[in-house]
Amino acid sequence: MSKPVWNMQRRSFLQLMLGAGVTLLLTPLHVLAAIWNKAAFEATTAPEAVKGLEIPAETPSQEIDIVAPDFAENGAVVQVEVRSRIAGTEAIAILVDKNPTPLIANFMFSNGAEPAVVTRIKMAETSNVQVIVKAGDRYFSAVKQVEVSLSGC
Amino acid sequence: MMRDMKMRAQLKGGITEVKALISHPMETGRRKNDLDETIPAHFIQLLTATLNGKTVLEAQWGTGISKNPYLTFYLRDAKVGDTVRLTWHDNRGESGHGEIAVTQG
Repeated sequence: MSKPVWNMQRRSFLQLMLGAGVTLLLTPLHVLAAIWNKAAFEATTAPEAVKGLEIPAETPSQEIDIVAPDFAENGAVVQVEVRSRIAGTEAIAILVDKNPTPLIANFMFSNGAEPAVVTRIKMAETSNVQVIVKAGDRYFSAVKQVEVSLSGC
Repeated sequence: MMRDMKMRAQLKGGITEVKALISHPMETGRRKNDLDETIPAHFIQLLTATLNGKTVLEAQWGTGISKNPYLTFYLRDAKVGDTVRLTWHDNRGESGHGEIAVTQG
């Protein structure tokens, strides 16, 4: 029971992707639904979402860069750039603490992908954007507050 | 339903920058239409990127990614002419993909 679900999901996702190839397009919806972390993504508070990702505890780190505006006029589209300088980074999760469902995305990197992404997210109100990095069995976090004037949820 | 995806993969200073813009409504399931009816949730849940067929990025998304998702990621080992492919699956069983060759930036 101590094995992190994150890894298990990663493995099943990989097996599915590698093993299935073209047939993936024909994969039944319930199989894909089993890969998607429903508990984490449907959680309505950030701590519940973190629990859903089976993150035991995270350490604040200066080695995570979050580039996001201090002030966003339109919460429907807030561009966020995240980069981890932590050695061995495998995954980056992005959460918006005050969104109705805080977990936005979980990115897993492999085979020479840099641990960095730029994406655009929805923000319901002024909130911390929280980033959690997985490196081996350790988790690190950083936050950046974004002020939102028009709700995007 | 066929959905558009715009992609670009440019090698710049040893790193390949991949940019993608996916056409998708990303409905949260909480919005209402003009008749005050709830618009059902419709959003991408899984996204995978491969470089020459080898997985480089796997993402799980919730409803908090903006409409018409935008994504940039970076590859260390890509060369000019290599193929980057992106595939997504949403909560309604729809899927889409895009493919692009790496160019010199």
